[in-house]
Amino acid sequence: MSDFIALENVEKVFEVRRKTGFLKRERREVRAVDALSFTVARGEMVGYIGPNGAGKSTTIKMLTGILTPSGGRLRVAGIDPSRERMRLAHRIGVVFGQRTTLWWDLPLIDSYRLAHRMYRIPDARYRENLDRLVELLDLGGLLDVPVRQLSLGQRMRGDIAAALLHDPEVLYLDEPTIGLDVVSKTKVRDFLRELNTERGTTVLLTTHDLQDIEQLCSRVMVIDHGRLVYDGTLAGLHEAGESERTLVVDLERELPPVEVTAARVVKVEGARQWLAFPAGQSAAPLVADLAARYPLLDLSVREPDIEAVIARMYAEKAVS
Amino acid sequence: MGAGRLYTAVAAGGFRRYATYRAATAAGVFTNTVFGLIFVYTYRALWDERPHLGGYDQAQVVTYVWLAQALLSTLAIGGGGVEEELMERIRTGDVVIDLYRPADLQLWWLAADLGRAFFQLVARGLFPFLFGALCFPVYLPADAGTWVAFLGAVLLAMLVGFGIRYLVALTAFWLLDGMGVAQMAWLLGYFCSGMLLPLNVFPGALGEVVRALPWSSLLQAPADVLLGRGEPLRTYLFQATWAVVLLGAGRLVQSAATRRVVVQGG
Repeated sequence: MSDFIALENVEKVFEVRRKTGFLKRERREVRAVDALSFTVARGEMVGYIGPNGAGKSTTIKMLTGILTPSGGRLRVAGIDPSRERMRLAHRIGVVFGQRTTLWWDLPLIDSYRLAHRMYRIPDARYRENLDRLVELLDLGGLLDVPVRQLSLGQRMRGDIAAALLHDPEVLYLDEPTIGLDVVSKTKVRDFLRELNTERGTTVLLTTHDLQDIEQLCSRVMVIDHGRLVYDGTLAGLHEAGESERTLVVDLERELPPVEVTAARVVKVEGARQWLAFPAGQSAAPLVADLAARYPLLDLSVREPDIEAVIARMYAEKAVS
Repeated sequence: MGAGRLYTAVAAGGFRRYATYRAATAAGVFTNTVFGLIFVYTYRALWDERPHLGGYDQAQVVTYVWLAQALLSTLAIGGGGVEEELMERIRTGDVVIDLYRPADLQLWWLAADLGRAFFQLVARGLFPFLFGALCFPVYLPADAGTWVAFLGAVLLAMLVGFGIRYLVALTAFWLLDGMGVAQMAWLLGYFCSGMLLPLNVFPGALGEVVRALPWSSLLQAPADVLLGRGEPLRTYLFQATWAVVLLGAGRLVQSAATRRVVVQGG
């Protein structure tokens, strides 16, 4: 078994008609996904990020078979999703953070009974999976509660359980932590980490919350304007984005910007100065140099903000 | 059969979803009863002036009124069926969830609508009908066979009703907001199904046309069977033909919609 998910020069072109006058329409092609190629091995947990409209959801929809690619080759578990959508559906799980698969008006358990029938899960396995998911996702007291009465965090955990009852080999998560509070986010992340390590489920995670990525994914893919602009480790992303750490120093008194070779001053505010230096470089020599030549009171190091890194990355691509 | 159990579960869910809204159901029963009273007095005045209009006597036309009130929400003639929810899901993009499931979109919604229809038949149909039968002189068939045949016609009416409303709902894939189409369809359905007046009373070409349209399968067809007019088998054949045509058209439009149209929203 080679790559579990494989895309080769996949593209998706939408035709958009725009009204340009009375009864006049202008046809325009929009490339939502353009020459996209990547592979995901079985058991990987990959973050898939990009700004709004970058083509993330279009990719997910093609991977589930709802949308047919305009060109290129796409396989999930050896299956061409759009041709054999039904067969693939039994092997994948999908969670859309902003939508729900659960029956709004009925108790949570009804939606699970429906999944039992829909995915033709053998009775014993259904009960076993349900028990396990209820325990891990802390759904015990919620099974008889109508879904409309659940909090967002509870509903999200309910939706994740619904997507996993049939033991899918791959789970697509589209914004699974959107709108959740810190406690709920942590619960969801802990569960996903366990799912991936214990059961080897392949996970493709789309998110705007970069903490999701930092805590869960060893590999990140960044998509922008339908093209893959980065594919690699999170650490590599910092390098690729030329990210910087910030050293904040409090001096004894107001001084002109300090002069050091390893960093540059980016901001001065009274006796406090901000120094930027490459993320890959140690702060120790810089601190030693400063301490030797300037009257230091206090200092702190701020880690690079991955969001800023990615924002810079998008901006660069837009220029080039 | 696995698929049969799935759609049975969907239908059971549809039934129970509507059953959760008890106050709405009670209000609906009250409304149906009040409208039944208004129609009864209006029809009686009309039939006093024109006895045997459309071939109905006073008792038969009163039965017709209460049957109409019983089937109004069952067949969602004036709205209230699953098409509203489906259109909303297409508009918001939630339909993406229906599309990735290992289930057929049309069968799924048909099952959900049948579950809804059975609930409405029991909860909103039975009471106004019994109320009418107890408080007014009505015509009711004496043999069990006619009642069974009548239920058969109601079941076929459910299929035809869904067939029409599913097509209406799918227009939302192109129009995004299909409410205008839906409202037109409800208005048309209200008149053409015989909710306003039995289709038998319409003279000439208008009568011929409305009686041939699919909507006449909804109320007129079960009424014909219950009131012992015409052969039940001929009525069934008429209804079944429309059911096949409409559900078949629904499949064609569905495949065009899901192939060509962008699912809304990220």
